[in-house]
Amino acid sequence: MHIKTGNGFEKTPLEIDQSRQVWILLHAHMRNETHASDLLPTLTTQARDPLSLRAGGAWTVEHAELMEHLCQDVTPNVRGAVGAELDLAAVTALDTSGAWLLEKLSRAPIHGDGIKVRYPSDTLVGLLTQAHKLNRCASSPEPRKAWPLAQLDRATDYMAGVSHDAVAFLHLLGAVCTSLGRIILHPSRLRLTSTVYQLFRVGWQAIPIMVLITFLIGAIIAQQGIFHFRRFGAESYVVDMVGILVMREIGVLIVAIMVAGRSGSAYTAEIGAMKMREEIDALITMERDPIEVLIVPRVLALVLALPILAFLGSLAALYGGGLIAWLYGGMSPAIFIARLHEAVSVTHFEVGLIKAPFMALVIGIVAAMEGLRVKGSAESLGRQTTASVVKSIFLVIVIDGVFAVFFASIGM
Amino acid sequence: MGENNAAIQIDDLVVGFGRHVVIDRLSLTVRRGETMGLVGASGGGKSVLMRAMIGLLPKRGGEIRIDPQIERRAVNRLGVLFQQGALFSSLNARQNVQFPLRENINISDELLDEIANAKLEMVGLTPADGEKFPSELSGGMTKRVALARALALDPAILFLDEPTSGLDPIAAGEFDALITVLQKTLGLTVFMVTHDLSSLASICNRVAALADGKIVALGSLDEVRASDHPWVRSYFHGVRAKMIHSPGQ
Ligand SMILES: Nc1ncnc2c1ncn2[C@@H]1O[C@H](COP(=O)(O)OP(=O)(O)OP(=O)(O)O)[C@@H](O)[C@H]1O
Ligand SMILES: [Mg+2]
Repeated sequence: MHIKTGNGFEKTPLEIDQSRQVWILLHAHMRNETHASDLLPTLTTQARDPLSLRAGGAWTVEHAELMEHLCQDVTPNVRGAVGAELDLAAVTALDTSGAWLLEKLSRAPIHGDGIKVRYPSDTLVGLLTQAHKLNRCASSPEPRKAWPLAQLDRATDYMAGVSHDAVAFLHLLGAVCTSLGRIILHPSRLRLTSTVYQLFRVGWQAIPIMVLITFLIGAIIAQQGIFHFRRFGAESYVVDMVGILVMREIGVLIVAIMVAGRSGSAYTAEIGAMKMREEIDALITMERDPIEVLIVPRVLALVLALPILAFLGSLAALYGGGLIAWLYGGMSPAIFIARLHEAVSVTHFEVGLIKAPFMALVIGIVAAMEGLRVKGSAESLGRQTTASVVKSIFLVIVIDGVFAVFFASIGM
Repeated sequence: MGENNAAIQIDDLVVGFGRHVVIDRLSLTVRRGETMGLVGASGGGKSVLMRAMIGLLPKRGGEIRIDPQIERRAVNRLGVLFQQGALFSSLNARQNVQFPLRENINISDELLDEIANAKLEMVGLTPADGEKFPSELSGGMTKRVALARALALDPAILFLDEPTSGLDPIAAGEFDALITVLQKTLGLTVFMVTHDLSSLASICNRVAALADGKIVALGSLDEVRASDHPWVRSYFHGVRAKMIHSPGQ
């Protein structure tokens, strides 16, 4: 029995999953409309003993799905056969995918002396002979580890990664310090142009966004303070809260986190892209120390820029707080400033700003370290940039905590 | 104008960057089923012409028409080998080759692997090389993987930008043989930028020479060689070209 369909498709229904077949036919039919000149591929069983298969139509990649199913459907018959013949005379078009599928079919293990292939017209033989040579050496995929073992592996890798990070960080910190020392001895080694340019990028250009954000944060703190302190009639203490919080902690912390996200990520991406494109190797072959040329100017610029940004940020936050105290809390600016004088001393301000260069150093070193770790792929660039931001924000907060403990113990 | 067996028909094409006009009123017809070689000076605009033909660069004027019969095909219209490979850096070589297949047709992973391995083998790589990421490939291997990817769907038109540069002469010869087989069987149209004189001689049906943003000579290799345009003359009759034809002098 043969099924005949509208587009000349012919198939013997030998142990065929009917529904799947119909679906494939429909699918193929839909595609067929776009290029009607191509015949659909067919694979029919002409005789069972000995097995005789006949392929026809266009065995080309746009019908790959259909071709694969056709081959899968006859494979069980081929396996059991004693002697078989594959007739390709009716194949009208062929490409490498089709040639490979037919070749694969002809390689099925059977009894006797293999499947005899009757080749089609001359033009198609070249490709079939090519396919005949392909995929001869089987590649064995790497054995997979059991799930618990793989998880254990990941955990140990992760732990090793943490200690590896610490070592790499200290290594780069040492290298940057050595380089800085050399620059102090020979100031002419400093890349002044580059440093100033980086300072412009991470300092000057960052001012608007830093000021805006710290202004908003100051305003929010003041608003919340006024709202909640009002119940106790302690509104005037909002000035103390805003002043101390902003000067000691929030100002520098917010700015450092912003800088890590804004400039640290840019450093990592730049250095990483240079690593990817072998620019760093080129520097080394010209006997230039990449640390001195690329990393020191960047780190130095950050160390100079962050205290300035933190200072401006703190001012903006106080300004925001004062504005809200005036507009929302009804406290006149003169009173706000007078209370601020009583509440905060220069010590609070110092405590805040002393932290800034250390945070900048950590952000710069982490950014450079992650940048230098970038491997060849775009994906690794993204991964390292993420790691750079996450790690530097984490370390900034850790440093802030360490300083808080330190200042508390020395009574500042 | 307009041969009816044209795979690509370019009329009065103008492409430029800022005030720099790279392609200046260029007309060219690539016939269906032929291999056309494009030669031209370094920086002369060959890659720019190719990118404009593919539609990656905007054109200032003129027209580029692709054969509607090819335009209508569902999956495998164009294959492109970029000069720098342009492999996806986060995918390994095999996944790079599988990418166009995976995106366009719905077949089992096993068959995808087999086809990708077959393509890699056709361009002279081993299945083990398929595991490597683009950053771990040598220059020539990058070219080969890029070629395998361009060929993944057996496209109707194949654009190749210096396919044999970076390959050793044996590999370049194998490449020529591969293109010949594919072209015979699939009726590929190949548009190839190349400086490889032996590729020009062995697989190109026609050669076009690009100079000053225009096609200054077009025809079989011998016809182009006989052209009296000064640049074409120095290209084919310069010292290096002579060295190949009469070694040891
Ligand atoms: N994106 C671009 N922006 C500006 N100018 C470009 C751009 N791409 C190419 N050009 C210029 O167009 C001209 C032609 O470049 P093209 O890459 O086509 O050269 P080519 O002929 O392929 O050379 P080669 O043989 O060295 O690959 C060059 O002068 C180049 O500087
Ligand atoms: Mg080029």
